[in-house]
Amino acid sequence: MTLWWIGDIVLLVVVVPVVVYLLNGVLTTARSIVPSVRRIATVARAGSKDLDATALLLTTQDQVAQTVAGVANYGGSLDVILDDAEEA
Amino acid sequence: MPAAGVVLLVTVVLIVLALVYYLVSTILALREITNGLDDVIAGVGEILEKSAPVNAVVNDINANLDAGVDLLEGLLVKKAGLHDALGLVDGLYPGAAAAGFRRFPESATITPPRIGEIYTKGTLTLARLGREAPIALANPAGPVLRNVEAGSLAARLLYPEGRQERPENLPRSPVIGADAPTQYEQREDVGRPRKRLPDR
Repeated sequence: MTLWWIGDIVLLVVVVPVVVYLLNGVLTTARSIVPSVRRIATVARAGSKDLDATALLLTTQDQVAQTVAGVANYGGSLDVILDDAEEA
Repeated sequence: MPAAGVVLLVTVVLIVLALVYYLVSTILALREITNGLDDVIAGVGEILEKSAPVNAVVNDINANLDAGVDLLEGLLVKKAGLHDALGLVDGLYPGAAAAGFRRFPESATITPPRIGEIYTKGTLTLARLGREAPIALANPAGPVLRNVEAGSLAARLLYPEGRQERPENLPRSPVIGADAPTQYEQREDVGRPRKRLPDR
């Protein structure tokens, strides 16, 4: 009977606080992750929105190609009009 | 049941209750985390989807621009010669010749000549006007030097000095009329009927 009481006391004084402490730590850690995940989700949405303008790169690509083609045409005309440099 | 057994039973029930409370709370928190990660994955997926063609497009733009730079460098060197071309570039963008031309690696070792020793004043003036033009706002030499709305000095310098800066020194226009200091010979046929040419 005495051992049974000792076991009860150990259970109440040692095991229960340890179990509660460990479980509380797990819960606190899990809850602390939630706001971080929400912030990451907000940043990911904002990053995705920032990339909406990447479609305009296709326009830029087209414009650059046209500009370089125009420069090439002018260069060809200048090549015909202007004399080459005299070789030293 | 002895009292010790009752205490044991109550303690076990307490432990089970604590386990249930904390584990259920943890499960709820993990579900929130899962939902948040779903949002993150959706956002990251959009980012990946939108940025997927960027590499190819930017590489294509760079290739086109490289071709344009090669073309212009080649034309400049062909027409002006490597030495003079470096001088022209360095005259327009001071210090730019230190990097040399990309297509001509040996140009980095050449000391650029002073542009004034190569080109005429007219060429220099045109080049400077080009550098000061509003299109050259992002010029490494600095902001626009010419006031394109009110300033006319840069344009006037293109023309001979006497006609634009000292108009009071120009010869006066000739005075005509009866009181003119110079009288010309009176023609008698002025005002009379025109002579008819003989018929053929």
